[in-house]
Formats: sequence, structure tokens, C-alpha cells
Amino acid sequence: MFDSALNILSYLSQGLGTTVSLFLAATLLAFIIAFVAGLCRIVKNPLIRGFTMFYVELFRGTSLIVQLFWLYYAIPILFNIHLGSNWWIGVIAIALNYGAYMSEVVRSSILAVDKGQTEAAIALNLSRVQRMRHIILPQALRLMLPEFGNYSIQILKGTALVSLIGLTDILYYGDIYRSTNLSEGPLAYFMVLVMYFIIALPLIWLSKKGEKIAKRGVAG
Amino acid sequence: MWSWETFADAFPIIITGITVTLGLTITSYALALAAGFIWLALESTPLKIFNFIVYWIREFIRSTPPIVQIFFLYFAWPMVPYIGTSFTPFVAAMLALGIHFSTYIAEVYRSGIESVDKGQWEAAKALNFSQKDTWLKVVLPQALPPTIPMLGNYLIILFKEVPLAATIGVVGILSLARSYGANTWSYIEPLTIVAILFLVLSYPSALLIRQLEKKMNRRFDKKNMKVKVTE
Repeated sequence: MFDSALNILSYLSQGLGTTVSLFLAATLLAFIIAFVAGLCRIVKNPLIRGFTMFYVELFRGTSLIVQLFWLYYAIPILFNIHLGSNWWIGVIAIALNYGAYMSEVVRSSILAVDKGQTEAAIALNLSRVQRMRHIILPQALRLMLPEFGNYSIQILKGTALVSLIGLTDILYYGDIYRSTNLSEGPLAYFMVLVMYFIIALPLIWLSKKGEKIAKRGVAG
Repeated sequence: MWSWETFADAFPIIITGITVTLGLTITSYALALAAGFIWLALESTPLKIFNFIVYWIREFIRSTPPIVQIFFLYFAWPMVPYIGTSFTPFVAAMLALGIHFSTYIAEVYRSGIESVDKGQWEAAKALNFSQKDTWLKVVLPQALPPTIPMLGNYLIILFKEVPLAATIGVVGILSLARSYGANTWSYIEPLTIVAILFLVLSYPSALLIRQLEKKMNRRFDKKNMKVKVTE
């Protein structure tokens, strides 16, 4: 039992690179999208605001698996570009989806910073950009931390879908293992879950840490 | 390329899957609501070590991908010695999604219960309420209403996870769209229809929940979710 568990783990680890690289790339891109879209939601220009809101509601309103399939089939046909690999489609789909969710975190955290801070910054003659960079964002960032931690776990869970578009991640190797060793199926999928959990552990720790930092506030 | 004829052709076929998609949403949500209480009960026994183990089991389920859990229940559960039985795709998906989301629902319940003022417990004790009455007549009526918007949000999130069941052959809208694509080699139109259906159902519900949230925030103090006394 223990031997075959280790055996399965080493077999599954072939997919570890795909899962982890996809997770890191999608998380990075999702963060960038979240900040850009989050800031676009609070600019004065109604066109930018409207367009960003459309993007956010579109990707929050449909589900990741549908978006993944849609992009997988549509990108090559509609835009006539071949990204070269499905890895990019996975990264883009996951980042667009979670970027939309996380942009709401960015937006609401910025709005949650006390109005007095903005007023004080205006009184000190700081420009709009300076206000955002030196006064509002450093305080808003703390508020974002716990939610960002949670979403990083969601992103990790979301990466498990990419085996559906042919990427060889952990779940892909789990499926292969099960189909060749049917009786070991339960153990195979259990080890897949264990592997995801091991990757998730530092993220769980980070989001708990983030919660503490957010609670402490700026003065602490 | 995009073709409206394909769109019109696929639409009536795909829409028939909506009953299965919504059925799966509702049944797994009901399971999640019920199982959420079970987690809380299991995590507050007098046996500390037991609570600790249950907590980590819940954390394990919560932070691993639901699609793997669906595969586990559908493909692997029948092979589990002694207790293994085979489920239909619908039941496997319902159990997996229901249990996965119950781990979140439990957290919502907990936040609601923790928001009830300590004085309420003490008052119930002083008035000699039984354990059952304390929960049913004092704590839960105050703890649950503020959680309704959060519970509603999880219903919408769950709805968007339901198409995962297509991977084990539950014939919902995504499944029908993919088989339509496989037969005709046009995937974009059917998948767009699926996206539209999700958007049409989830966006108004999301707006409704946001409205409800605002209403609740007016009635309840949001900061520590304390219930305000109304005259």
C-alpha cells in the first residue's frame, strides 16, 4: 500500500512541472489583470469604466470550464492566431477568469481606504498619481492580502481543468495511471488530491498570514 | 467562422440540457447546506484532537480541485474495498460538488454563529433554556439571516462549477454543446450559447444578491455582523 502510494507519487510528479508553471504564470497574469482592471473601474472616463465592467461581469458570470473550452476552440478560428501551445490557452483562460474576480478585490479595497486619507493627500498637494501610489495603494494592499491568498488557492484548483484541453498536468497522469491500474484507482486519485494539497499548503499558510497583516492595520 | 445558422440550429438542442444543469445545481446545493451543519457539529465535539482532524479533512477537501473529487467518486469509488459502490454520473457529481461546497458553507455558518453576541448565550442560560432551545430559538434565528447573501453567492459559484459534471457524462448544457461540436465540427456557436445561458442566469441572480446584501447591511451592523435590536 505504502509502496504503491510512493510509486504513484513519483509517476504523478511528471505532471508537476506543468501544474506549477501554469499556476505561477496564471497567478502572475491574474494579478496584473486584477490591478489594471481594478484601477480602470475607478477612473473618470466612462468608456474605460464601462468596458472594464463588461469584461469583469462577462468572466464572472460564465464559468471557467466554459471559458477554457471557448478560448481553446475560438482563439485559432476567430482571431486566426495559433498560440503554439495549449499551455498559453490555459494560462490566459485562468488568468482572465480569476483576474476578473480579483479586480473586484482591488477595486473594493481601494474604495475601502478612508476618505480622510485622500483628503489629507489633497491638502498636502499630492497629484492624483502620487495619492494613489504613496497613500491609497499601500493601505489598500493590506486589505487585499487575505482575498488574494484565497484566490491563489482557487487558481491552483482551476489549473486542474487543463488536462481537458490536452495538457499533461498532475491530473492527466493520474487519469493515465488509473486507466492502466484499475484496481488502484482510489489510491491514484487520492494521491492526486494529496499532491494538490501539498502545493496548496504554503498558499493556505500565506493567506492566514495575510489575514493577520490585514487585521493589524497600517499603524501596527 | 461564426455562423448564425449554426447558432439557431444548436440553440434548441442545447437548451434542453438546462433542466439537468439546474437540477444538479439545486440538489448539490441542498446537500451542501445540510452537510455544512454536519462539519460544524463534528468540529465542536469535546474531543479536541477529533475536531482538529475533522478541520484538516475539511481543509483538504476545500483546497483540492473539485474536478478530481468528481473523478474520484465516479471512476475510483467503485473500486474502494468494502464500501465502494458505483454511482450514476449525476449522483457522483452531486455528491462531489455538494461535499466540496459544504466545506465553504460551514465557514459561512460559523461566521454567522460567531457574530451572535455572547450576551445572547448567557441570557439563554440565565433563562434556563435547554441546549436545543438555545440553538433553535436564540442563536440560529440571529445567526442565519445575515449569512443569506453569502449563501446566495455560493449558490451562484456552485452553479458555475456544475458544468464540470460534463466531464463524467452528465448531460447538461455544456455536455450537449460539446457533442454538438463533435458532430458538426463547429464548436464556437454552441459554446457561446452555453456562455450566454450561464450569463443570463447568473448575472441577474448576482445583482439580486448584491441588492440583498445592501439591504442586510442596513439592517445588520456589517463590521462585526452584529444583529441590531429593532424596536
